[in-house]
Amino acid sequence: MNGYVYFPGCSLKVSAKHYEESILPVFREVGLPLAELEDWNCCGATAYSSVDDTMASAICGRNLSLAEKTGKDIIAPCAGCYLTLKKSNKFLTGGLPKAEKILNDLRTAGCEYQGNVKVKHPLEVLTKEIGLEKIRERVTRKLSGIKVACYYGCQLVRPYTEFDDPDYPMSLDHLMETIGAQPVDFSAKTRCCGGSLTSTIENVGLRLNYILLREAKKKGADLIVTICPLCQFNLEVLQDKIVRTYKQDVKMPILYFSQLMGLAFGLAKEDLGFSRSIIPLKPFWAKLENGGKR
Amino acid sequence: MDIQKKVKYEEELDRHFLEEIKDMSGCEEIDRCIQCGTCSSSCPMSIYMDYPPRKIIAMVKNGFREEALKSFTIWLCPSCYTCQVRCPAKIKITDVMYALKRKAIEGKVYPSRFAIPVLDKEMSKLIAANGRSSDLWLILNLYLKSWNPMGLLKMAPLGLKLIKTGRMSLKKDAIKNKKQLRTLLKAVKEGAR
Repeated sequence: MNGYVYFPGCSLKVSAKHYEESILPVFREVGLPLAELEDWNCCGATAYSSVDDTMASAICGRNLSLAEKTGKDIIAPCAGCYLTLKKSNKFLTGGLPKAEKILNDLRTAGCEYQGNVKVKHPLEVLTKEIGLEKIRERVTRKLSGIKVACYYGCQLVRPYTEFDDPDYPMSLDHLMETIGAQPVDFSAKTRCCGGSLTSTIENVGLRLNYILLREAKKKGADLIVTICPLCQFNLEVLQDKIVRTYKQDVKMPILYFSQLMGLAFGLAKEDLGFSRSIIPLKPFWAKLENGGKR
Repeated sequence: MDIQKKVKYEEELDRHFLEEIKDMSGCEEIDRCIQCGTCSSSCPMSIYMDYPPRKIIAMVKNGFREEALKSFTIWLCPSCYTCQVRCPAKIKITDVMYALKRKAIEGKVYPSRFAIPVLDKEMSKLIAANGRSSDLWLILNLYLKSWNPMGLLKMAPLGLKLIKTGRMSLKKDAIKNKKQLRTLLKAVKEGAR
């Protein structure tokens, strides 16, 4: 397939609007403007596979079919959508009788899928296809002195680890270096944030996210940079409760990598969704103005 | 006090359970498990589980149907795939957990009013009906169906912050071509199994 079509998923339209607001301009800047996949449906996330895996593959098949009709591969910024679509794609094109049945059902519903679409994450496309050199050329404002903990979470690097390491990936660290920020050695970078468990068993969610924030703080990070809406949400909205529960000041902004890239490309901060942050960003702006000094 | 036997006799085990699970997607390799425990030590959730993943695999292999399907373990799996990429026997442990969840829902033996299966079911229903999920409606259904109105009240301050920053919508989102989705789901249902 030639070029990419953008699959937002439910998060980037609502709770992670600032991810959409920053990823689209960044791709425009690097010369790869993204159009949205027309009438996409939810990927089903972890929920649908827990209830009915056949249906789960079928609804992903509809998205793959819609993309195939545009002649383009999918870019999915949400790590959950990315994995779910990729997993279904592997299953549907794997030749098993169960998969053939679903492909047949897709045809019945008018969404035939021939298996030609690839599913990619923007981090993969930016670092492996566009390349760090080209990104470096675009940087007009280096984020000097900003210390970032690069958090990859789970589903971007596992279980399909085609473009980075499942335990200690580095592509986001290299990208952040390229725009002038300073990645810290964040040993919890692929430790789970709890995913949807934070909304169902809160005390467990608090603990998992406390571990991540504490480690980032210990390594001297000013902020955590994320690639996944659910990670961003969990790490951000639980902070007040984590501080109260563990009596430790682990508060810090949780930003999307695309927001930082947009800043480095010289785009106006008002256009990159920073106002949607629940954590105050004042110290971050001050440090940025001072060229990395507090 | 009534003293009960704590160990199962062989004839009390379910001989068909392993074959049944092996038939499910991703579970084909389950009997290659060497019981090394890499999964349990890698799992960020194992400290909360009634049986860590290694034991669950052993239980499936040996026919402990009820214990495996009624466990909290399968619902506590957050799908992080750490165990799966580390397993030296290349067992797709996360997929095994998914398969057990589906079995538990199918047999209605999951812990009642436990929020996790309720969330999974409610989200699937929303998607089947509208093609998309909407956080607010999902959360409302979750707290109602798990009988936890206090939980909902506690969520209110966060909900307000999210609405203020434009990160929560009151609208139920839906795709345009719902008819196509209905046709698809109907076709899948017919002739399934």
